[in-house]
Parts: sequence; structure tokens; C-alpha cells
Amino acid sequence: MGRYAQNPAAIKALHRGYEVHRDVYIDQELYQLEMRHLFANAWVFVGHESQTPEKGDYFSTQVGDQPVIQVRHSDGEVHVLFNRCPHKGTKIVIDRAGNTGKFFRCPYHAWSFKTDGCLLAIPLKKGYENTGFENSDSAKGMRAVGAVKNYRGFIFCRLAETGISFEEFFGGSLSSIDNMVDRSPAGRLEVAGPPLRYLHHCNWKMLVENQTDTCHPMVAHESSAGTAVKLWKELDMPEGTPLPPAMEIIAPFTSPYEFFEKMGIRTWPNGHGHTGVHHSIHSNYSEIPGYMDKMVESYGEEKAKAILGENRHNTVYFPNIMIKGPIQQLRVFIPLAADRTIVESYIYRLVDGPEELTARTAMYNRMINAPTSIVGHDDLEMYERAQEGLHVNGLEWVNIQRLYEPGEDFSHEAVENGTTERQMRNQFDAWVKFMTCDMDGVQEAAE
Amino acid sequence: MTISKDQLIDFIYDEVRMLDEGRYDEWLALWLKDGHYWMPLDYKQTDPFSVTSLMYEDLFMLKLRVERLNGARTFSQKPKSRCHHVIQRPFVDAMDEAAGTYVTTTFMHYVETRLDEQTLLALTARHELALVDGALRIANKRVDILNCDAAFRNIQLLP
Ligand code: FES
Ligand SMILES: [Fe+2]
Repeated sequence: MGRYAQNPAAIKALHRGYEVHRDVYIDQELYQLEMRHLFANAWVFVGHESQTPEKGDYFSTQVGDQPVIQVRHSDGEVHVLFNRCPHKGTKIVIDRAGNTGKFFRCPYHAWSFKTDGCLLAIPLKKGYENTGFENSDSAKGMRAVGAVKNYRGFIFCRLAETGISFEEFFGGSLSSIDNMVDRSPAGRLEVAGPPLRYLHHCNWKMLVENQTDTCHPMVAHESSAGTAVKLWKELDMPEGTPLPPAMEIIAPFTSPYEFFEKMGIRTWPNGHGHTGVHHSIHSNYSEIPGYMDKMVESYGEEKAKAILGENRHNTVYFPNIMIKGPIQQLRVFIPLAADRTIVESYIYRLVDGPEELTARTAMYNRMINAPTSIVGHDDLEMYERAQEGLHVNGLEWVNIQRLYEPGEDFSHEAVENGTTERQMRNQFDAWVKFMTCDMDGVQEAAE
Repeated sequence: MTISKDQLIDFIYDEVRMLDEGRYDEWLALWLKDGHYWMPLDYKQTDPFSVTSLMYEDLFMLKLRVERLNGARTFSQKPKSRCHHVIQRPFVDAMDEAAGTYVTTTFMHYVETRLDEQTLLALTARHELALVDGALRIANKRVDILNCDAAFRNIQLLP
């Protein structure tokens, strides 16, 4: 047995306010416990409903290390089922997406299931008569996750049967999803194409932390954004020439510290938070003709202005996604091992919105987050150097102390200086909470 | 002036050699001003704009890529990546003598390496070439990756 299983005290000791122990990034036992506890107790992103628009449409993915299927049932609701045949374990679907019609059929012995998972039929069923089969778990069909919520098109699930409600888990942080969806004049988003998929040899939490790390862009991205600004200057365009879209996207990465300090960071309970309370790198994109008019038509002038006036930068939904409301992007950090993470970067189109905005978002996605990106590389390089560097013995703590205040309380919303590392501390506060809340003895320990 | 099939084929061989040898200034000079380098994300993708691609870059972006590779503070290029192409004899798909435009398709294996890692990609490159002022130039280049839907490690150079 390892050091951390059923040992809430040892897990709590890994986060000392302004620092965390390296084991949270490099220890494979902790990775397994994260999958067992954190990813079961938290609400985790699955997919978008537009990936399964018709009855029988399915999409396969994973929640933590658990293979799942998002499927549109015959009643029109989206269900989330574990991707495992209740007979002998065969994955029911193996392709990423498709349509299964009215039922799933296992390719091994042809057990079939309704699209809500219920067992439909077994060939040669009489072989199970008088065997007590009806009392087995297998007779229940494909197992569903503990709970599913479709929030404005985004499908989340909680693997655990019981636990925190969706509303309590996300609380005020849902305002970022609201803003992203409200930017569609129809109040709806649709997924635009497949996601970028980028394999990182580092712990998933390094990626999540980096989403609100505002002191790295001007350093790590100098080579791309700084070079872009320099090249643009050398072209010596006449004063007032509008920046091409690519420059609009990349130039703000070189903004000075002051810009990031003033943008602000907001944190919410349970590990959620966002950068760009007052402004962000997305604030100064040029207007798309006709878009504002459509928005005013849908929402009225005041509300339309309020929606488009909000320019949040990155919103972290703990544990493992980030969204960019102003450009309708979502990135999911899928943990494969302590030192392996797949990043999938999705974009969405605004239903009834201008296609130019989708084009800008697609450009952002490929320029910044592709395996071929000139920006994403420099982030990956830093994570992977850290993943290796953390093995140095005798120096076992990672510092997250910038603008730390002793006795910080994460149980309420707070807005602070945009360079604080409070959001990283907030994540670890939630990490301890959802790692330990269903461990033996945690109740007593809490007293 | 007319261009022979052999000249088109030699052009493709010369281009990959420039890339493998890191002669990027010469490579950039091959491009027409409004050309695009497109690497789709999806198999048989037809739209470079409203869904994501791996690359869809104009000459400004390609220059930026090359400058960045040479930059002093490009941390992810310390040490630098190296690449290597093995190409089949290009197919000449179209030759329009009057317009001076040509299309070739080339199957290739592309290897990129840095530190202890090495990636192999199977590629199909489609070149649109044009004869301008007596020289062949790249009007557009599309590179399809056989396993485009896989999760990739870094692709830092130009396949
Ligand atoms: S494993 Fe699925 S029917 Fe036997
Ligand atoms: Fe970054």
C-alpha cells in the first residue's frame, strides 16, 4: 500500500498555503488517487451537446481515466455511460463519434442496450435461466455515471453517485459560460470541427495552473509574440494601418507586467477562477460589421453592450478545463498519467453570429494551441522542464506565493491584482477537498 | 519559356533539401507574396477558415516562424530541432503552359528530432507552382498528415 491511499492527513499536508509538495505532480499513486477521488467527486466536462445533435448520436471520450460515451437518447436527452460492456468489459464504441441508431450492440457476443444503457437483449438468453443472472450487476446493462448536467449546451458529469450538486460546485463561475453562449445572437453555440490534440509529457495540473499564470507570457512568449511585433515594425506600414488578424491575436502576449496586474483575477469557491476581470488580451479585437446590430436585435442595446463589454481572458473550471468566452474556445486537459496529459482544444461557432468570428477563433486556436504552434511550444517546454526538474531531491516544494496572504479563505468570491497566484492556491484548496471528501476517517479529521 | 516535367520534379526535391538543411531564407524566397502554407487538421478537410487547421499561414507568419527559430530567446529551440524528408518522385498533376501554373503531389516521410525524441510523419504534399519572371515559385502548399487526428507531440519545423 502506498503513502497516500486512505490517508487524508498526508494529502492535506501536501498543500501548505503558499507552496505544494512536488508529489502532486510526479507521484503516480497520487495520480491514481486523483482519478479515484477527485475526478469522481468533482463535476467534470464531457463534451458539447452539438457533438451529438440527433438521437443515437454518440461521442466517446474520457472523464479522468474512465472511458465514457456521451449519447443522445430516444427522449432527446444527453446521457453519459461508461464505455464498457457489462458482460466481459469490451468497449462498446471505439470510434470517436457516430450514430448507433436505437441501441448499442456489443461486437463481442451481441448483447444490446438502449441508448440510456438499459439491457435490451442477449442472444440465447435461456442459458442464463435459473442462474441468478438477474441479480448480477451485468443484468443492469451499461453503467451510467452518477449524475449529468447539460448547462447551456455544455455536458458535465459527476462520476460519483452522491456528492456536491452542479449548482453548488460551480456557483458564480457559470457566468463565464453564460457570457460565452450569450455572445451568440441565438444564445447557442455549435462545435466547429474536431479539436486539436497535443500530447504533453507533464502533469495535467501544470497546464491548468498556467491558465492564470500572468507573469509568463512576456517571458516565455517573447520569441513568438516579441518577434511578431518586431517583424511588423520592420514592414514600416503607414501610421494607423490596422493590424492584420494574426497580429491582433499574437501581439498582446508581449504586454507589460502592468497590463496583467491591472487586468485582475477573480476566484470562486471549489477551485474556479479567471483572469481578465477588467480587460484582457482579447479586449482590442476589431469589430465585425453587423454583429453588434444582431446582438442589439436579440438582447436590446444595454444587455448587448454588457455581454460584449465583458472580456474575460481564461476561466478555469476546476478540475480540468479552461474556456475563453470572448473567442468561444474550450481546452480540456485530459490526465493520462502523472507525467502524461493530452490537451484537446475545441472551438465553437456562434449560432446566427458572423462567420468572421469563427475564422478568428480558428486562427487563434491554430496559432496558439496547435502542436505546430509557435506559442504553445514554449509553454510545453516549460512544463516538461519542470516535470524533470522536480525530481531534484532536497528541494521538494513548489512555490505559489505571489501576493499570498496568510489565512486566505477560498469559500467566497474574491477579486485581486491580476498577477496574484491566488487562483493556483484556490485550485489546491479544492484539490485537497475533493481528494479527501470520500476517504475513510475524513469526517473525524475535519472536526 | 517552358517548364519541363523534370524541372518541376527537381524543384520539389530542391525545396525539401532547403528545409532539411535549414536554408530558410532561400526557402522563403521561393514563395509568392500571397501564398498560403496549409496543414489541415482533419482528413480531407476542405475549409481552412471556419474549422481549426494545424497551420494556415501567409508569408508574414512563415517569416515569423523562421525568425523565431533563429531567435536568441526561443527556449523550446535550445537545442534546435532537425528534420529529414524522404520523398517519392513527385506526380505532376497539372501543367498549364499558357498560364504558367503547375500542380504536383508528393508522398513523403518526414522525420523531426530534438533531444531524445524523434517523430515520423507520413505526408502528402500538394504544391501549386507558378512561373514568374522565368522562375518557378510556390503559389500554395498543402500538407496532409496521414494520422492527422492523432494526438501529436511537437511539430516545430516545416514539413
Ligand atoms: S463482451 Fe460484450 S457481449 Fe460479451
Ligand atoms: Fe503561455
